[in-house]
This record gives sequence, C-alpha cells and structure tokens, in this order.
Amino acid sequence: MSAFSTPTARLQRTGLLDPLLLTATALLLWQAVGSWTDGVAVTGPAATFAYAGQLLLTSRFWESVGATAGAFAMAFSLSAVAGLLLGLVLGLRRFAGDVAEPLLAGFYTIPKVTLYPVVLLVFGLGIGAKVAFGVMHGLVPVTLFTVAAIKTLPPVLPRTARALRLSPAQTMRWVLVPACVPQIVAGLRLGFSLSLLGVLIGEMFSSQRGLGFLLVSGLAQNNVKLSTTIVLVIVVFAIASNTAILRLSRRFAPSA
Amino acid sequence: MSRSAAVFGVRVLLVASLVMLLELLCRTGIVNAMSILPPSEMVAAMMTVLASGDATEAMFRTFSTVGAAFALSVALGILMGALIHDLPRLRRAIDPVLASYYSVPTFVFYPLLVALLGLSMAPLVLLGVMSATPAMVVSTLAGLDSVAPVLRRVARVQRLGPVRTLLNVVLPAAAPALFGGVKLALSYALIGVIAGEFILSGSGLGYAISFAYQSFDNSAMYGLMLFVLLVAMTANGLLYVWEGRLARRRQPG
Repeated sequence: MSAFSTPTARLQRTGLLDPLLLTATALLLWQAVGSWTDGVAVTGPAATFAYAGQLLLTSRFWESVGATAGAFAMAFSLSAVAGLLLGLVLGLRRFAGDVAEPLLAGFYTIPKVTLYPVVLLVFGLGIGAKVAFGVMHGLVPVTLFTVAAIKTLPPVLPRTARALRLSPAQTMRWVLVPACVPQIVAGLRLGFSLSLLGVLIGEMFSSQRGLGFLLVSGLAQNNVKLSTTIVLVIVVFAIASNTAILRLSRRFAPSA
Repeated sequence: MSRSAAVFGVRVLLVASLVMLLELLCRTGIVNAMSILPPSEMVAAMMTVLASGDATEAMFRTFSTVGAAFALSVALGILMGALIHDLPRLRRAIDPVLASYYSVPTFVFYPLLVALLGLSMAPLVLLGVMSATPAMVVSTLAGLDSVAPVLRRVARVQRLGPVRTLLNVVLPAAAPALFGGVKLALSYALIGVIAGEFILSGSGLGYAISFAYQSFDNSAMYGLMLFVLLVAMTANGLLYVWEGRLARRRQPG
C-alpha cells in the first residue's frame, strides 16, 4: 500500500499522469526541433511563449482572431443546422438516404481544396467564401453521422414508444433524441474540426484577414516567431475544444 | 427491378440532372460564365490541358508524392498500430492523442515544414504522411482488437510460429479494418499533398490550379480541377469495389 503515497501513484489515481507525460513529451519534441533548426524554421517553446505574451497584447492579433472566429462560428452553425436537418430527412426516408449516402461519402473523400477557386469566384474575396468553404467541409460529416444515428436505431425503440402511446413530440423528446445523441455529437465534433479546417485553409490561400492569413504572412516575412505562435494558438484551441466536446459526449453516453 | 438497382438508377439520374442543370444555367447566362464554366466546356478544357502536355510534369510529381506518402503512411501506420497494440500502457497514454489528432488542422504545420525542409518534395510527403498515418494506426488497432482470442488460441494449439500466426491467422482476421484504413490513408494522403501544393508550393497539380486561378486562366483551372477530382473519385471507387469483392469472398457459403 505504501506505493500509493508516491507522487506518481497519486497522479495516476487522479488521471493527470498521462496528460502531463504527453505534454512534457510534446514540449521536448518541440524544443528538439527548435534547437535542431536553430530557430530558423521553428522557435522553441520558451521563445514562443515569450512572444505569445507580447502578441496577445496587440490589437492586430485580436482582429485576426475576431475575423477567424466570426467566419468559423457562422460556418459551424450552418453546417450543424443544415447537416442535422438533411441527416434527419435522409435518415427517415430510406430510399433518398440510400441514393444520397455514397454521393456524400464520395464528396467527403475528394480533395475539396481544389474547389476553393470556384468558391472564390462565386462568393468573391471576403468572409462569404471562407464560410462557404468551411460549410463544404463541415456539412457532410454532420449529415452522415445523423443518418447513421437514425438508421442504426433499434426498431424496438419506436415500437415501444408506439406501445406506450406516446405522441410524436413525446417520442421525439424521450426516445429518438436520447438514442441518437451520442452519434450526433460525434458527427458535430468532426464537423467542428473540419469547418475550422476549411476556414483556415481559405484564409491561408487567399485572404487579407484572420489567423490563417497571419500564419502565411509570418512565413512570407520570415517572421518565424509569429508563425510558430499562430500554430500554437490554433493547436491549443483545437485540442481544448475537441476535449471539451468529447467530455460532453461521454456525459450523454456513459457507456460509449 | 430490384431495389438496389433502382437506388443506383436514381443516383445516376440525380447526378446527370445536376450536371445538366448546371450546363443549362451557364448556357442561359443565369450563372455568370466568368465564374463557372459549363460542364461540357470543363471536359473540353480537361482534354486540351491533358493533350497539350503542359501538365504532364505536374501530374507525375503530384502522383509520385501522393504514392510515396501513401506507401509510407500504410507501412508506418501498421507498424505503429501493432506496436501500440502490444503495449497497453503506451496505448492508454496515447489514446487521447489519437482521439483528438484530426481536430488539429494539419495544414497549419505546412509553412513550418516548408521552412524546415525547403520547397521540395519532402515537406509535401511529410504533410501527406502526417495526415494519413493516424487513420492507419487507428484502423490497425481496431483490426487487431477484432481478432477473436479463440483464433490466437487455435494458432497456439497448432503450434504456429509468430510469422505464420501473423500471416495465416491475424492478418486475414484483421483484414476488413486494415482495408478501411488503407482507403482512408489514400484519400487523406491525396488531400494532404494537393492542399499543400495549393497553399504553398512551386510545382504539382495543386500549384497548377492555384496558378491558373491567379492568372485568370479559367479554362486551364477547370480542366485541371476536373482531372484531379476524377482521379480521386476513380481511385476511391476502385478501392470501394475491391473492398466489396473481398467482403463477399469472406462470407461463408
């Protein structure tokens, strides 16, 4: 029992050991790459954190964050709402679902980035193109996961609802939604990541604002600190929000 | 007519009518011809670009990069997956990384990779490997998990050596999941490489498309775009059909 009092064992019990080890490994790797290239390509953790401290005080940084956040919020909410509705229709109408599913899955696997010039030509240079590109990435996973959630619903559930003479609204509230939520949340998590990806690619390729633009301009101006810091900000945001959504989905489905 | 044939027919009809609709909208001028070419002209543009030979070098470069990234990802993914599978402690630690890996847009590392390795094939191959390998690792883990313990026990009873156990028992049992991983790895490698070329590179099909866009050469742009999309769909489609064949062969009787 004495082993339980060592700091390692205590950390392990609280579940903090692995995240700490992972973070330490990541920092070490980052430091190794940074010192290997001598700060020409990537600045090390210490220098980056120091620069991030300064950058967070500038208005230029927050304007970029605002531009990206605005486009991303729109892209994700559009993907989520349209994806849920489309998924609901395709899931309930079996024939339409069978027709559309391979088409959507095919669209999911093609390099959509080649279509970005078309999006730019149609929507013009501006927030519209970024949002549209984000939706192109985020919509399909939300739709496909919603369809799958409805299709894999055990038939006994709607039958039970009918046997209990629940109204359609009650069936929705107490049977269908709770049964579908875990998979739908998984789809939303993927849609979240992919619409962020779409918006960032849009900004990196052709935009005058946003974090993606700042990242590429850091490279163009040979400002290594700037590009490393932007990558750090994006990575931390992506991992933090993904972890939060994962936690949330575990609360809905303790078994999964 | 069977139901699956009806589904297939309606699907073909749907795609055909969407293409026709686009053609009609472009021809009648409802959609600006400056922004979207009618599909018939896209096909003609693709033929012109392919016949002119201007894109041959870019094609060769892109496909060899994708091929290298794909092969590396599959090999690395299977090796890492097998390793992680055999070390439960490592697996517990690394699980959250695999769960949130794809939430990080890999492309944001591309400028750093370019600064690190220069504007050559290397950063593109690395970007392709970075986007494709984790999918292969996850599929390998799922595949190894799906091997029933009784199969391993049978192998032991038959006194098979480790190599024969792997070749005759483990691999066939894990094949469906591994194949799913290979499919994902191909499309992720393709997406990674072409997006890299598109954003920041001096060669390859992705670059050719972005160059055509920037020089207002719509016909070359649409031609190349259609070509890339057709190649991607064909490659994915072939793997899909092959997977179906394998699945049918596995069914008893």
